[in-house]
Amino acid sequence: MPSIESTFFDLGTMDAISRQDTFVHRMDPRIKVLTTLVFIVCVVSFGKHEISALVPFLVYPVFLVVFGDLPVAYLLRKVTVAAPFAVLIGIFNPLLDQQVLLQVGPVGISGGWISFFSILLRFMMTVGAALILIATTGYHAVCMALEKMGVPQIFVVQLLFLYRYLFVLVDEASRMVRARSLRSFQGKGLGIRVFGSMAGHLLLRTMDRAQRIHLAMLCRGFDGNIRPSHPLRVRGWEVMFLLGWSALFVFMRSYNGPRFLGNLIQGFIP
Amino acid sequence: MHMADALISPAVGGTLWAATAGLIGYSSRKVKQDMDDRRIPLMGVLGAFIFAAQMINFTIPGTGSSGHLGGGLILAILLGPAAAFLTLASVLTVQALFFADGGLLALGCNIFNLGFFPCFAAYPLFYKPIAGGRISQRRIVLGAILSAVLGLQLGALGVVFETFLSGISDLPFSTFLFLMQPIHLAVGIVEGLVTAAVVVFVWKARPEILEMTAASKPAGIPSFKKVLAGLLIAAAVTGGFISWFASTHPDGLEWSISRSTGKQEIDPPKKGLHRLLATLQEKTSFLPDYSFKISKNEETAGDAWPAVDSGTSLSGILGGALTLITLVLIGVLLKRRKKPHAQH
Repeated sequence: MPSIESTFFDLGTMDAISRQDTFVHRMDPRIKVLTTLVFIVCVVSFGKHEISALVPFLVYPVFLVVFGDLPVAYLLRKVTVAAPFAVLIGIFNPLLDQQVLLQVGPVGISGGWISFFSILLRFMMTVGAALILIATTGYHAVCMALEKMGVPQIFVVQLLFLYRYLFVLVDEASRMVRARSLRSFQGKGLGIRVFGSMAGHLLLRTMDRAQRIHLAMLCRGFDGNIRPSHPLRVRGWEVMFLLGWSALFVFMRSYNGPRFLGNLIQGFIP
Repeated sequence: MHMADALISPAVGGTLWAATAGLIGYSSRKVKQDMDDRRIPLMGVLGAFIFAAQMINFTIPGTGSSGHLGGGLILAILLGPAAAFLTLASVLTVQALFFADGGLLALGCNIFNLGFFPCFAAYPLFYKPIAGGRISQRRIVLGAILSAVLGLQLGALGVVFETFLSGISDLPFSTFLFLMQPIHLAVGIVEGLVTAAVVVFVWKARPEILEMTAASKPAGIPSFKKVLAGLLIAAAVTGGFISWFASTHPDGLEWSISRSTGKQEIDPPKKGLHRLLATLQEKTSFLPDYSFKISKNEETAGDAWPAVDSGTSLSGILGGALTLITLVLIGVLLKRRKKPHAQH
C-alpha cells in the first residue's frame, strides 16, 4: 500500500517544516492556536450562500504561508487529497436547490451551486488553517499550548505518547503488510481471518512494548505524573498579533469588502 | 464518516465541542482516579496501534472492496470506557491536525460521534453484559457485532443531526438519514466481525489481558442529567454568540431555522429543538434591530435566500474575484522576493 505509507511519511515532512526558524515559527504556540480558532469560527459562521465575503479571509493563510515560508504546493496537495466528506455531502446541494439565485447574462446560477462552492471554499480554508497551524508550530508545541490552556494533563500526555510511538508502530505495520502481500497469491490470505491474527499479533507486540516502556519510565524515576511543561512566554507584540487578526476577522465578518469593491467598479462602468 | 468544518455552523460545532470537552475532563479524572500508572504508556501505544492497524486492509468477501479496523470498540474492550475515550480522542485529534480529516471545529463532533457512542453507549450496554463476565468465542463475536452496530448507528445519526441542524447542506433530513443508516449498518457488521477476530485472537493467545479489563472497576456512564445540563448550557452560550452575528446579518442558522420550521416534512422533536434555539436567539440577542419575526416574513415572501438581488450578487462576484486575485498576487510576489533571501 504505497499510498497510505507515503501519507505517513508525510508526517515526517510536516515535522520538518514545523522546525523552521521564522518569526511565525518562533511565536508562542498559544497565540497561533487561538488565532486559528477565531479564524475558523468566523469562516464557518457565514450563511450558506456566501462566497464573496469569504474570499478576504484568505489573507490569513497567505500571510502565514509567506512569512512562515511554507511550501504552497505541498499544503494544497494535502488539502485536496484528504478524503473530503464535505465535498461528498456538498455535491447534493446543486441537485436539491435549483432555484436560480444569480443571473450572469443569460446564465442562471442556482443556489445549490453557490452553496456548493461556498462549502468548497470553507473546506479549503478551515482544513488549510489546521494544517498551517501544525506546519508553523509543530505537534509538541501545540500540545504544550493545550496543556497551558487548561486541557487535562493526562490527555496531553496521551497526545504526546501517541505521536511518539506512531512512527514506530506504523513502520511495524507496513512491514507486516508487505510480508503478507509478498506471500498472498490471487488474493488468497487477504481475508478477515488472516487479518485477525495479524492485527492480534501487532496488538500483543504493542502491549509488550507498553510494558517495556513502563519499565524504562520507572527506571528514570516515573512516579505517575508526567511533567510536559516547558516555559512558554507570550511577548507583547504576540498579543497584538492575536488581537489584530481577531479584530480583522470580525471586521471582515461584518463588512462585505468585495461586494463594496464590486459596487464601486460597477459604478464606474456605466 | 468524519464531520467537516465546512458543513457545520458555529452553534453546532461549539455545542459539541463543549460536550466533548466535558467528557474529556470527566474521563481524565476517572482515569487518574482508578488506574495504575502502567496504563499511561499503554493508552499512548494503543492509540498508535489504531493508526497502524488501519494500515492493514482485508478484503470483504463478495464485494470486492476492502475494509479496516475502526478502533473505538476494541479500545473500549481493552481499556474500559474512560481510558478508551481519551485514547480515541487523541487519535481523532492527530487525524484532524495532520490528515485534514474534518477540521478543528468539527473535532468536537467527531470525538463525540466516534468516541462517545462506542465507548459510553455501545460498550456498557451490549458488550459488557454479553462478553464482559463469562468469556467465550461466541459471546465475544455476538457482543462485538451488536455493540459495533449500535455504536455506528448512533454515530451516523449524530452526523445526520449535526449536518441538518447546521443547515449548510441541502440534503433533507429523511433522505440523509436513509442514506447514512443502512450504509453504517453494513459498516457496523464488518467492524464488529473484525473487532471480534482480533479480540478472539488475543483471548486465545493471552487470556489474562481481557480478564484484566473485565476485572477492573466499571467506569460507569456519566449521569444523563449532567450531560443534558451541560449540553443545554453550551447551547445557550453558543446560541448567544451566534445571535450576535446573526443579528446584523440575516443568514446561516437563522435562515435554516426559518426554512426548516416552514416545511412540514420535519418531525416534531426537531421542531422543538429548533424552537428552543430560536427562542434562545431571541432572548440572547442584544441588538435592537434584530427580530425573529423578520425572517418569518421573508420566508412567506419567498423561499429564496433573503439578501438576493442580482445587482448586489454580481458586484459580489466582481469584488470577490478581484480580492482573490489581489491576495494571491501579493502572496506570490512576497514569496518570490523571499526566495533569494533564503539562499543566503
